[in-house]
Amino acid sequence: MSITSATASELLAKMNAGEVSSEEITAACLAEIARRDESINAFLSLQGETALQTAREVDRKRKAGEPLGKLAGIPVALKDNICATGTTTTCASRMLEAFTPPYDAHIVERLRAADAVLIGKTNLDEFAMGSSTENSAFKITANPWNTKCAAGGSSGGSAAAVSAGFAPLALGSDTGGSIRQPASFCGVVGLKPTYGRVSRYGLVAFASSLDQIGPFARDITDAALLLETIAGKDQRDTTSLDAAVPRYTENLEQPLKNLKVGYIEHLHEEGLHEDVQKATQQALDVYQSLGAELIPVELPHARYCVATYYIIAPSEASSNLARYDGVHYGYRAKQFDNMIDMYAASRGEAFGDEVKRRIMLGTYALSSGYYDAYYLKALKVRRLIRNDFEQAFQKVDIIASPVTPTPAFEIGELTDDPLAMYLADIFTTSANLSGIPGVSVPAGMSQNKLPIGLQLLAPPLEEERLLRAARMFERETDWHLKRPE
Amino acid sequence: MDYTVIIGLEVHVQLQTRTKLFCGCSTRFNPDHPNTQTCPVCLGLPGALPVLNREAFHLGMKTGLAINCEIPSFTKWDRKQYYYPDLPKAYQISQYDLPMSQNGWLEIEIDPETRETKKIGIIRAHLEEDAGKNSHDESGRGHDSKVDLNRCGTPLIEIVSEPDLRSAREARTYLEELKLLLTYIDVSDCNMQEGSLRCDANVNLHIQQENGETIPTPIVEIKNLNSFRGVEQAIEFEVQRQWEAWQETRLSLHDVPKETRGWDADRGITLEQRGKEEAADYRYFPDPDLAPVTVTDAERDKVSSELCERPALRRNRLEKEYQLSAYDAAVIIDQGLAFADYFEQVAKGCQNGKQAANWVTQDVLRELKEGGLEISAFSIKPEVLAALLEKVESNEITTKSARTVFQELLKSEEAAPGVESIQSIIEDKGLAMVSDTGALEAAVQTVVAKNEKAVADFQSGKQAAVGALIGQVMREVKGADPKVVRELLIKKMS
Repeated sequence: MSITSATASELLAKMNAGEVSSEEITAACLAEIARRDESINAFLSLQGETALQTAREVDRKRKAGEPLGKLAGIPVALKDNICATGTTTTCASRMLEAFTPPYDAHIVERLRAADAVLIGKTNLDEFAMGSSTENSAFKITANPWNTKCAAGGSSGGSAAAVSAGFAPLALGSDTGGSIRQPASFCGVVGLKPTYGRVSRYGLVAFASSLDQIGPFARDITDAALLLETIAGKDQRDTTSLDAAVPRYTENLEQPLKNLKVGYIEHLHEEGLHEDVQKATQQALDVYQSLGAELIPVELPHARYCVATYYIIAPSEASSNLARYDGVHYGYRAKQFDNMIDMYAASRGEAFGDEVKRRIMLGTYALSSGYYDAYYLKALKVRRLIRNDFEQAFQKVDIIASPVTPTPAFEIGELTDDPLAMYLADIFTTSANLSGIPGVSVPAGMSQNKLPIGLQLLAPPLEEERLLRAARMFERETDWHLKRPE
Repeated sequence: MDYTVIIGLEVHVQLQTRTKLFCGCSTRFNPDHPNTQTCPVCLGLPGALPVLNREAFHLGMKTGLAINCEIPSFTKWDRKQYYYPDLPKAYQISQYDLPMSQNGWLEIEIDPETRETKKIGIIRAHLEEDAGKNSHDESGRGHDSKVDLNRCGTPLIEIVSEPDLRSAREARTYLEELKLLLTYIDVSDCNMQEGSLRCDANVNLHIQQENGETIPTPIVEIKNLNSFRGVEQAIEFEVQRQWEAWQETRLSLHDVPKETRGWDADRGITLEQRGKEEAADYRYFPDPDLAPVTVTDAERDKVSSELCERPALRRNRLEKEYQLSAYDAAVIIDQGLAFADYFEQVAKGCQNGKQAANWVTQDVLRELKEGGLEISAFSIKPEVLAALLEKVESNEITTKSARTVFQELLKSEEAAPGVESIQSIIEDKGLAMVSDTGALEAAVQTVVAKNEKAVADFQSGKQAAVGALIGQVMREVKGADPKVVRELLIKKMS
């Protein structure tokens, strides 16, 4: 197995055995990026020099026998909506094209403390709004399995980077599926933790009550490793949870006994791609063969998820993005007549269409006279969706479902039909609305040779259960071992 | 036709926390070093998140309880959204439908003659963060406007009264009483020059028609009221302006939306600030970055127990307990908590409240004003002043001598001269009351002999002639009791 296709755990073992250095790994990743990123467009910026410096320092520490962090010497890519000093954090927007944050996000502090090698910032849909990375102001990320296809989004750059061999690990953010969907499209593991499991401090907010940072990896073990590095209470994020972080990697190989896997019957009727339906069924069969019990679950309000999501997320976004007004930092229009005009021109010129669409949706939903009918109603439905899951999880341990109705679509295929793009979030948004953890695991290939993911959901703070259940499936299958050519 | 004036005040008070409401930046008033007390949170940088300052919430609860508000067990934070360069997040974190305190009142005296009081209702008091400060080029040369964000994020409590105030005078009294209360309970310095206490007034008239109907005139919000005098004058102006406007236009509350006018203190007029545009839509919604706050009964009781005696109650108590005039009690209370404590220590120490009141409101207050001092920095400590006044009480020295001792104590090189200094000054200056009647009688004898005319005047019935002679005897015998001298003189001359 080559350096660029190995998992982080494998690379750590090789480094500890003295077979390879972090500098060699980092250089190999940078070489692969140089060779192929022109056609993939996973990265918005690279920190090659500082990455190599960090790698050399880790190598020195390792040689000297000094204590090392969990990810010592492992290259990690960061979605470009996570603040890190020393480079720009653009959110793939003209608005923040030149913005260099003066501080590190909480998870960046954790990664640095774990001796990870931060290699570059990855592409995304502008301000994480989208499901294809086509809404980036700078470039469109291609799917490493087929460059005509979308990598998914909004964390498409991070998913593609892990899939294409550019970095063994990456961080993304998931507001309505933005980790799980591109993970599914690109054939890698992507995990959205419980809301509050990982601090949002330093994650540029899209929809604050839904946003959550999570790992991309080439297998479940690596996802567990990265999660245990970044999870935990942070005093600067009052929504982060004050619950002990289990050693997720420790019990990963122990199968769950008497596992009850829930599945959603009626969702299978709704325009599901044949290959996806087949992969999901096969995955359920795998669990059955492992002795798990399959139990149909009712989520009566699941069909309102997309509608609810597309009220709550844009409402919060309209408020969160109001600060980009050209006054204190970020883009300012060159020509304007007065203060109001300066705001309008700066925002009008710097935001892309999808961002504007969502700001307008959210502004409308929060407006006096509409608030009760839209925002407040959506909050009530959100409560019902959460209740659905609470009840379902009294009967089952995890819930299995597709991640997306179809494998990766072609670039440009849905850009003129935002509603179709929104509707594809049917399986993912419920986890954000109810705050529960979810993971996408490679679980099949379409007839067109595109990866298909399986989504597993668990109750709040049950990441350990989620990862062990996912690992049970992964051990029985070899989808996670496949790499794009 | 007649009218009633209807006034409600919205008062913003800066709570005196060390750090801002949602970050660790200093709240120090520091206009000379703009943008030095800022961080990613109060600058509203991407990815930064607010964390509630518990001390600010605590001071907010203290304030709410002091103005007799209910403190609900559940309160939350909302975003008030509008664009302005001094508001870097483009929303202010405030409280909308579930404020942290509500339904209170503040009692004010509305007639000093009759001592009639009135309870002014308080609708709510909620916490919010302050904005920064814009400054514009006023030279007319078109230079850039500047923004200082040092103040941005400073904790404010907004106290909204019911429209219970019926005159500019009442509004001023309410504001003065509120300020006094908040400084007593130590939640704010209420410094109006530095903007720690700001006031907006909502004013309109209820016109009584001949047919018995009442018509309300349009409500005007007056902004930029930054002194007590300004509040009173602006409302007086506005009442007159609205009365004239009514006579001219006959427009009522229902015909025009609320108008905002600014007080121009230099010209003594209010000026239209914002056009009669549509009401601003702040699109309030719960801030998803901040968890709601729950308050238990125990927490509420604890804060309640920390509250000191409110100034209004203390004013009444001082009057009763020390037999003070209403005027003296008010003067003492108005100087603040530390001053009132000082007075009470002196009064208790010397066992004469009236005498203590005379001394602290005249001698002590004069020295504080002349020296620009706070009572805490005053060199004569209350136990020393009490000991001095005790000597007057027990006829050891005269009031006049006590004033001399007081001045000598002030001149002392010691930072805070002790009680023993009093005795040494009395001895040095020979101020002890002379009980040696021999010496006194000799002096009286001499003075009577020297002043034949005055003696003759006295003997012909002019009582006033004694006064001049008393002075002469006192000069001869320092520390003589003037009462005794008077008696001896009269006896001698009769």
